Amino acid sequence: MNYYDFLFAIEVLVGGLLSGVMYSLVAIGFVLIYKTSGVLNFAQGSMVLFAALTFVSLVERGVPFALSLLVTLAVMVALGFTIERTVLRPLVNRSPMTLFMATLGLSYIIEGAAQLIWGTQVHGLDLGIDDTPFEVGGILISSFDLLAAAIAAAMVAGLSAFFYSTRIGLTFRAVADDQFAALAVGLRLPRIWGTVWTTAGFVALVAGLLWGARLGVQFSLSLIVLKALPVLVLGGFDSILGAIVGGLIIGASEKLAEVYLGPFVGGGIEGWFAYALALVVLLVRPSGLFGQKTVERV
Amino acid sequence: MTFFSHLRKAAIATAFVLGATAVHADEQYFPLQSYRVGPYAAGGTGFFGGFIDYLNLINIRDGGVNGVKLTWSEGETQYEVEKGVEVYERLKSTPGIAAWNPLSVGIAYAMIDRITDDKVPLITINHGRTDTTDGRVFPYVFPLLLNPYSETSGIVNYIASKEGGLEKLKGKKIVVLYHGSPYGKETIPIYELLSQKYGFELSQIEVPHPGNEQQAQWLTIRREHPDYVVLRGWGVMNPVALKTAQKTGFPADHIVGNVWSNSEEDVIPAGDAAKGYTAITTQASGEQYPVVQEIVKTVYGAGKGNLEDKSRIGSVYHNLGIVNGILNVEAVRIAQAKFGNRTLTGDEVRWGFEHLKLDPARVEALGAKDLFHSINVSWDNHEGDGYVTFQQWDGKKWNVVSDWIAPDWKLLRPIIEKSSEAYAKEKGIKIRTAEDADAVVSN
Repeated sequence: MNYYDFLFAIEVLVGGLLSGVMYSLVAIGFVLIYKTSGVLNFAQGSMVLFAALTFVSLVERGVPFALSLLVTLAVMVALGFTIERTVLRPLVNRSPMTLFMATLGLSYIIEGAAQLIWGTQVHGLDLGIDDTPFEVGGILISSFDLLAAAIAAAMVAGLSAFFYSTRIGLTFRAVADDQFAALAVGLRLPRIWGTVWTTAGFVALVAGLLWGARLGVQFSLSLIVLKALPVLVLGGFDSILGAIVGGLIIGASEKLAEVYLGPFVGGGIEGWFAYALALVVLLVRPSGLFGQKTVERV
Repeated sequence: MTFFSHLRKAAIATAFVLGATAVHADEQYFPLQSYRVGPYAAGGTGFFGGFIDYLNLINIRDGGVNGVKLTWSEGETQYEVEKGVEVYERLKSTPGIAAWNPLSVGIAYAMIDRITDDKVPLITINHGRTDTTDGRVFPYVFPLLLNPYSETSGIVNYIASKEGGLEKLKGKKIVVLYHGSPYGKETIPIYELLSQKYGFELSQIEVPHPGNEQQAQWLTIRREHPDYVVLRGWGVMNPVALKTAQKTGFPADHIVGNVWSNSEEDVIPAGDAAKGYTAITTQASGEQYPVVQEIVKTVYGAGKGNLEDKSRIGSVYHNLGIVNGILNVEAVRIAQAKFGNRTLTGDEVRWGFEHLKLDPARVEALGAKDLFHSINVSWDNHEGDGYVTFQQWDGKKWNVVSDWIAPDWKLLRPIIEKSSEAYAKEKGIKIRTAEDADAVVSN
């Protein structure tokens, strides 16, 4: 391997790590809800689409950027509360599969509603972030991806502080640890779940804006859940740190695999390589690298 | 588009469905497997909007085709094959069907055997399987204007024209970035053939569906230093390709898009990264063409325009729908000249398509000069030798940047015949003759 090949490998690795952070952004939304309610919210991708579409539609109608952001946040909070109140609360104590199927159905409803309300057109989303690359030691780095990584890092830090330094964060952790015990000591689960769904709505908004600026705001935005799923399997469904580390591993490994293994098997492997990697981890550590091991008394 | 406008559209569509069940003697019916919701709704609303706008123009301005009113109804497919087949099953018994126009490779594939049994034409304008060009084997399928191989040849000819001639391609390097699907892979052999013929270096790189992540592919492209990248994309893959090209420092004006990478929906989400990007098309975009102006005045003026957002009039998909409307209506008109001004059978309309010859003078008379070039369909050539042109995105609109270019049909025909004959052998299909094509079922 000569010097240029080495630089190229580093460039692929850095690009992969930055892409991985974007996957983590979506995965965090899943983790928040799973951690506190045990629900794998398949509708997270649709929520990302809904948030981005609402925001960009408001901006295109002349609503100022900051106001659009606030209104969209309010919409996502309302959506989160509505989902909790009308879908999940009536299904309390149902099996995880029932809850998963409910969120799967919810995903289609949100996607349909987004198009019904805001139309089917695709939109460009300009966040004012320059996306021309800059060079560091012969390696091109995307300024947009770098900023996205910084935002993701800030969000993880904020959520960690929220979970570990606030009273409500403590209640979240109590619920995550044992719902029945939390109920027994007087914690109000519906209110906590409502807050969690609201937080997931906020995460969806941030992910929607960054992914929307990357892909354009269109229906396919909801497909980014497909990138988040292997991250969750690898990092663990209930660990925010796992979502970040999982995202980095998946992002870097799928890019390296595409470039260095792809040519030997016809290319186009990154779509399934992430899942293959997740499957291997699943076989070795069923709860993921950072997931909580569950012990059931039988 | 608002919630209430959707409701209004749904009500109108329902009314058409109900109305369509009672087709009268002087009506010709078009079943539309449209997609107005789902991932490809932007393309669907534009194409079917343009098609319906043209049918409306003929009804309002001319009172139909020689007095035969055009009718249609829509069934939502969301671009999904099983829903497309469901709509087919629901609408196939409607009397007076002229032709099917699903604008979906998957749905079209699923319908080939069915419509062949029904003896009703299936139109796959600018898409579909290449060997359906051979009308000897596929009597009812019409990949009008452009099949994938002609598209490939047109793109290579355009790149050659930029370099100063086909002989200048020798030693150049072209990367084809293709969608990881049967559609994307269809042109792999023809690019290889053209690479050998003209001596350019070729690399074909797959992007897995849906194509929302392309960092690895574009870093590979950067390492290979190609002269041109051909983008054979679909949906979200296209803007992501343009954005990732920018991130990796590849110039947009050296990327040439194929016919499904050429719409406003492919470039607007990419923002400034799409400036200078060029793509092939069979029909120009813009409102300046007389037929589009007539639609604006007559159809939209009467409040019957199909596009909710009038700024989309003249967009790539809208104009493709209008051209598709022209080709369908003219096929009916040609068939009427032989069989009479009445509701025609599907087989009679098939005969009309097989005699669909619109030279530039006729295209001008139809108000479509420079919108599209011409078409010359015959019983054994169902593509009709469509010409292509190239348009460049300036950040706000497409601008035509080339003359009309002819693909190398003579080179392609033997390859197409080899494939279609293999299909005929596999399926036990008898290869048609000109006499077979003239035998028409009229009831």
